[in-house]
Amino acid sequence: MGEMKVNLCGITLDNPVIPASGTFGYGYEFAELYDINILGTFSFKGTTKEGRFGNPTPRIAECTGGMINAVGLQNPGVDKVIEEELPKLKKCFNKKVMANVSGFSVEDYAYTCEKLDKCEQVGWLEVNVSCPNVHGGGMSFGTSAESAARVTEEVKKVTRKPVIVKLSPNVTDIVTIAKACEDAGADGISLINTLVGMRIDIRTRKAVIANKTGGFSGPAIFPVALGAVYRVSKSVKIPVVGMGGVSSAEDVIEMMLAGATAVEVGTANLINPYACRDIIRDLPVAMDKYGIGSLKEITGGAV
Amino acid sequence: MKQSIFSIESNEQIAKNVYRMKLKGDTEEIKVPGKFIDIKIEGFFLRRPISVCDADKDTVTIIYKVVGKGTEALSRMKEGKLDILSGLGNGYDLTVSGAKPLLIGGGAGVPPLYMLARKLIGQGKKAEVIIGFNKKEEIFYENEFKALGAEVTVTTADGSYGKKGYVTDAMQGKEYSYIYTCGPEPMLKAVYNASKTSGQYSFEERMGCGFGACMGCSCKTKYGNKRICKDGPVLFKEEIIWEK
Repeated sequence: MGEMKVNLCGITLDNPVIPASGTFGYGYEFAELYDINILGTFSFKGTTKEGRFGNPTPRIAECTGGMINAVGLQNPGVDKVIEEELPKLKKCFNKKVMANVSGFSVEDYAYTCEKLDKCEQVGWLEVNVSCPNVHGGGMSFGTSAESAARVTEEVKKVTRKPVIVKLSPNVTDIVTIAKACEDAGADGISLINTLVGMRIDIRTRKAVIANKTGGFSGPAIFPVALGAVYRVSKSVKIPVVGMGGVSSAEDVIEMMLAGATAVEVGTANLINPYACRDIIRDLPVAMDKYGIGSLKEITGGAV
Repeated sequence: MKQSIFSIESNEQIAKNVYRMKLKGDTEEIKVPGKFIDIKIEGFFLRRPISVCDADKDTVTIIYKVVGKGTEALSRMKEGKLDILSGLGNGYDLTVSGAKPLLIGGGAGVPPLYMLARKLIGQGKKAEVIIGFNKKEEIFYENEFKALGAEVTVTTADGSYGKKGYVTDAMQGKEYSYIYTCGPEPMLKAVYNASKTSGQYSFEERMGCGFGACMGCSCKTKYGNKRICKDGPVLFKEEIIWEK
């Protein structure tokens, strides 16, 4: 059987499969369905300094090949995550978890990251500068190289854990922003967050989502994600975590060939709650089929 | 929750834009009334959450209204197999019903009350049912509720059948120990304001996953944020906050 282990910023993963933030809660919901210790790791629900309810409902819309969401970073706030969610997770997950963090100011990011830095369960900080669904936060930091770099720099000052900056595709040039984050000390880049999208009910002429616009995700965005991962990984030396529409073992392999060291799986979890388990089960078969002895050797292997 | 394959036994129109589908499969997780199933429909991305009307050891009955392309595609299926997540949601708590519960359903919210009425009557409770529709062509299950032994009042907004008006008009003067209800949110709110007792209210919301992962269907309650799909769809009267 082929070797699935990969190394992400100094921590070995049993396999490159990582459920993406916002599609896997704080893990324990899925632990009722299967042993989540089979995962490489997972990125928990985007966490902010204060608790947030998020946007009004409806927050979800159907699309061809995907969906739009405008949840708006609903989470209990970093203190409750540390006091309540992480202890619950500890009972069902014995690996390092990826902590996904968002904020509304540079200080917010630093505050939340500093608190999570002290959690032994947390392996990596995934700093989300790309949420399209909150106003005056999230994505506004990720749409300019300068502010993305500033968040990276401040977060790096408060943690010794690897910092992975999660980037938005809703920008003029994602490569410039990725390089700015690398120069500011980022240990990795993850991409892509969702694409800004919208649906309108033509009978009522109203936007389907209360927030009007939301983030488009699902298999339809896979080629966009692949293109971004390819371009960014060619331009930076730090590891790239690829995501966007990944739904199968073949998608994981393709994403790694484009340049990803590890791969996040998001929306697929919402349609098939066993998606990551199935992908991990199917990976060795796909590796055999395509003559892959060790997954870590295929990163960036596209010719 | 369980993911499994169900086969379509029957799928027939029973009222205007309303269909009843019987599905054969693993119903292990559908013991409590008020739960829902999440159906993958070929050609559509998100699953479609639909309340359970009734279930026995190997069949589940759903009654659904055609409201969009997904439910329209579902209405055209006469046979075949469906990938279904079953046993979703909390369901109704029957232990607090008292001796004479009042069940109130509106339109597409009527179906889950059927299994609830069957179970309550099976426990020796004197369940009374009020079901409300816009007009005569939309009415379904009056006789089915009667066959269970429930006293049934039908209301229509236009007066084309039964009592003219809304379900709350039919509530007036009734004596009951508890309220169980399901229907559109304005109806739930009207029932809430008209009710004299505690009760359980089943809500509808647009969902992403249906099993608590995506936070797509969150609502505020007096006991904190809840997910309609996982912590609901049934909320207790005491915890509801009306926002809309």
